[in-house]
Amino acid sequence: MIEVRDLRRTYRGRLGRPAVDALRGVSFDVAAGQRFGIVGESGSGKSTLVRLLAALDTPTGGTISFRGTRIDGVPERRLKFLRDELQIVFQDPMGSLDPRMRVRDIICEPLKRRDDERLAELLDAVGLPLDAASRYPHQFSGGQRQRISIARALAPDPKVLIADEPVSALDVSVRAQILNLLADLVERYELTLVFVSHDLSVVRHVCDTVAVMRRGEIVELGDVEQVYQQPLHEYTRELIAAAPTLRAALARFQEG
Amino acid sequence: MTVLAVRGLSVSVGDTELVKDVSLEIGAGERVGLIGESGSGKSLTASAVMGLLPEELDVSGSVELDGRQLLGMPERELSRLRGRAMSMVFQEPMTALNPSMQVGKQVAEVMRLHRTNQDPRAAAVDLLDRVRLPDPRRAAKAYPHQLSGGQRQRVMLAMALANNPSLLICDEPTTALDVTVQAQILDLILANTQGSALLFITHDLAVVATVCERVLVMYDGQIVESGLVLDVFTAPQHRYTQQLLASSDLESTDENGRLKTVSHD
Repeated sequence: MIEVRDLRRTYRGRLGRPAVDALRGVSFDVAAGQRFGIVGESGSGKSTLVRLLAALDTPTGGTISFRGTRIDGVPERRLKFLRDELQIVFQDPMGSLDPRMRVRDIICEPLKRRDDERLAELLDAVGLPLDAASRYPHQFSGGQRQRISIARALAPDPKVLIADEPVSALDVSVRAQILNLLADLVERYELTLVFVSHDLSVVRHVCDTVAVMRRGEIVELGDVEQVYQQPLHEYTRELIAAAPTLRAALARFQEG
Repeated sequence: MTVLAVRGLSVSVGDTELVKDVSLEIGAGERVGLIGESGSGKSLTASAVMGLLPEELDVSGSVELDGRQLLGMPERELSRLRGRAMSMVFQEPMTALNPSMQVGKQVAEVMRLHRTNQDPRAAAVDLLDRVRLPDPRRAAKAYPHQLSGGQRQRVMLAMALANNPSLLICDEPTTALDVTVQAQILDLILANTQGSALLFITHDLAVVATVCERVLVMYDGQIVESGLVLDVFTAPQHRYTQQLLASSDLESTDENGRLKTVSHD
């Protein structure tokens, strides 16, 4: 589905500051139907990678192919197919939903026409009531807003869904609902999922494969269970050790 | 020794009660977690204690710090306590810091305002060192935007600790940080609040269990459960606590591989 080879992106330094190598030669494949996780902390290059995968930015070097067609450095007018087949859900729905548009228009915008039947189907798929259509984003909670952006992403019937930290801004209880919703939708619409997160335990729950990124490079790539249980790279081990888990924390009390 | 004693605290706007009859006590050296989802009233409770509630909200009940009643205290007196006897660390350090002032000066200001130190400038550098900012002398001259999120949170912590407060309130202090940075900040909070009363607000159960001994669970403006972390997290009594724990556990799923969720009915 997606083929990335030796991908590089350097941001030019401004005001005398040195240039930043956000991506330093990244290669991987995402197969159809895969749930591919990308884990990394601030500055690891994961957001740059997302922008390049969605052809919202041009790489400094390397190639990206989507279903066999190159999408790097291709002018926007020839990316129509990609805009329908690949969709993104962002972390902060308030920042990615136009506050002045009604939910109906937000969801139908990628369709370029009003389609009430499709709208009803999408609202139902993401678990929102029909009367949500006539309201505005600020009238919803964070979890509901994320449902709106998922409905919008699904509107053009994409093959690939990129979820960029979709649950990082949400409470744990809402997080569980949205993760379950994503799992349902991926199954129902046979989506290929690229799931980006700073939290390896969330990726472990959602994905089958994971790429661990640090400073613009993939330091480890493989089956998510294997990476989590037997991390090969020092940095992956550090990530796992740093994340607090309820079990480990409670063990502290039980030891006395 | 009880540092903070809150009794029957209610916060309301018009006829709507947002915080309902909340009571809690924290002793010196005690670390208490306050958990619950967005809108449950955690932050309002903290703001009520600090005397930082918006004017249109009505407060009733009692908030005592070291035996002094804070509710109804004139702002002039309250502001002498804030930053000295009690201080607070917020989630987003970028909005809590002054963008046009060097961070060393901001830390020194806390001590200058309260006249707690003869040489606040040098003390500020010491404090920045204590929260393990690399090269504290140079860091003191930096502006907030020149620091990373984790470094900014260290500065916030230095300001909060500057006058050895009896009560430190942390409101989601690590939610916006990377996991490896979060672990360092939590260690710092633990190491620097040995004698203080700590009220730690978060929705992350694993973080609470790492930092606190006791925990209070808030739901719909009320404390629905409280007790030792171990007891509450291993044998939750209230239905909301049970569901919250189940939904946060990414390793336990139903027969379809789905996570357990909280039902609001």
